[in-house]
Amino acid sequence: MSTGALPGTASVGLSRGQAELRMFFRAKEAVIFTFAFPAFLLVLLGSIFTKADPGLTVPMSQVFAASMIAYGILSTAFLTTGVGIAIDREDGTLKRLRGTPVTAGAYFVGKIVLVAVATLAEVVLLLAVGVLLFDLSLPTDPARWLTLAWLLVLSVLSCTLLGIAASSVAKSGKSAPAVLNLPVIALQFISGIFVHISVLPGPMVTVASFFPVKWMGQGFRSVFLPDSMMVGEVAGSWEHGMTALVLGAWCVIGLVLCLLTFRWSERQAG
Amino acid sequence: MNAIEVRGLRKDYGANTAVAGIDLHVAQGEVFALLGPNGAGKTTTVEILEGHRHRTSGEATVLGEDPGKAGRHWRSRIGIVLQTATDSAELTVAETVKHYAGYYPNPRSVTDVIDVCGLTEKAGARIRSLSGGQRRRVDVALGIVGNPELLFLDEPTTGFDPQARRQFWDLVRTLAADGTTIVLTTHYLDEAEALAGRLAVIADGRIVAEGTPATLGGRETAQATVTWTDDTGPHELRTDDPVAAVAALAGQNIGGLRVHQPTLEDVYLDLIGAAA
Repeated sequence: MSTGALPGTASVGLSRGQAELRMFFRAKEAVIFTFAFPAFLLVLLGSIFTKADPGLTVPMSQVFAASMIAYGILSTAFLTTGVGIAIDREDGTLKRLRGTPVTAGAYFVGKIVLVAVATLAEVVLLLAVGVLLFDLSLPTDPARWLTLAWLLVLSVLSCTLLGIAASSVAKSGKSAPAVLNLPVIALQFISGIFVHISVLPGPMVTVASFFPVKWMGQGFRSVFLPDSMMVGEVAGSWEHGMTALVLGAWCVIGLVLCLLTFRWSERQAG
Repeated sequence: MNAIEVRGLRKDYGANTAVAGIDLHVAQGEVFALLGPNGAGKTTTVEILEGHRHRTSGEATVLGEDPGKAGRHWRSRIGIVLQTATDSAELTVAETVKHYAGYYPNPRSVTDVIDVCGLTEKAGARIRSLSGGQRRRVDVALGIVGNPELLFLDEPTTGFDPQARRQFWDLVRTLAADGTTIVLTTHYLDEAEALAGRLAVIADGRIVAEGTPATLGGRETAQATVTWTDDTGPHELRTDDPVAAVAALAGQNIGGLRVHQPTLEDVYLDLIGAAA
């Protein structure tokens, strides 16, 4: 008879995080597509656009290096979570867990551990490429590191929550990467990640301003580029307050969507 | 007390009725098999008892609790072996079993579970690299590592080769001998006959027969068929007393004598045919 105490959500969650990390880093496709891809694109774009735009002091390669962190987070937080949960729903992981004493909370703690570790590694990788290949200099001002810290927290949180919600949109684990990559790629083009924001048509930027990606890119540029580069931004300034507001709002929207849409199984409708 | 007690269980999906009011009970320590064609409602029934689905109406008690409302403590007392799962492909067998053991208050020894499931040689192998039968044994290992009082096995040997099936049956017998209550759904009549102490046939969402493998559907009293061939051609006789029928043929010049008692499969096909 069961007389022992049930293991707590926190300890089971950390154990799930360890298992999630093992599974993620052992699956070569996942590592290549979600992890190495942003760095690969940065190498390509940074090698093509090497000069500074007229009127700007910093070469475009460094602008891409800063902006590309937004792509890295979309990849490790939004895509990893969204695709991962769609696959968990399809391959029986969620159904199996539902038949055990594991709580939904422990499952999500596991996902958060995976996203946190993968995102930190991704940011380090992108910064290494930026510093080593494109002479990006890391900030010395502690205030900039503080900005980086809150940007990372808000970006990872909003992207992870939206990824959990988006996992319900994909009909299967196979279709999930295609379905979820569509908004990711589209938002990066219109938000100034793949193309600098100063050359984009106005209406496009207006649309992008409603979504988190534009603010993430702008935020990371504010951390790694000199203040003289503010003139290249839409508002001519870094707009930290607005960035925090929009990303914070998306965290709330993401959380509400998660609570409304999360299901343990694909057939739980009955 | 019975491990499972079900009365008037019903499940509707919109206008479709998957389970149309069934009664059944499973005693503690019993191996109970639920048979039926695809779409008959057996998986739905089992998933309601596992707490995976909500019922439309009726009463269900599993290990003394309502499976639709039971919590984590109840889940720690049951084990579920799913029909199809392909998860944890990149973990090794030992990592996965050890990880799942951490979910339970009183898990079995990981080494013992791997051993009893015949996976010791594969303990260090990634699950991705296992054969279908080995993969299924991992499912069983994850179902029993929590030391459950009640184990659900949903079509556990689908896709097994004959040798792997025999090994799996031995494993189920070992678990039953330890006192685990087992609920088995299967398509294979020989499997039900080999393992189950009692079984029920479900068709169109209803239980159409219930009994032991020897008595199901009046099998023990059913007529036998005696067939033979003589100078005038083949003959077939259905009789309650096949011994007397064969004795009456003694001394005659006949060939091809056969006495056919209905198999569990014959009885089963009659039952589901009559219901359809």
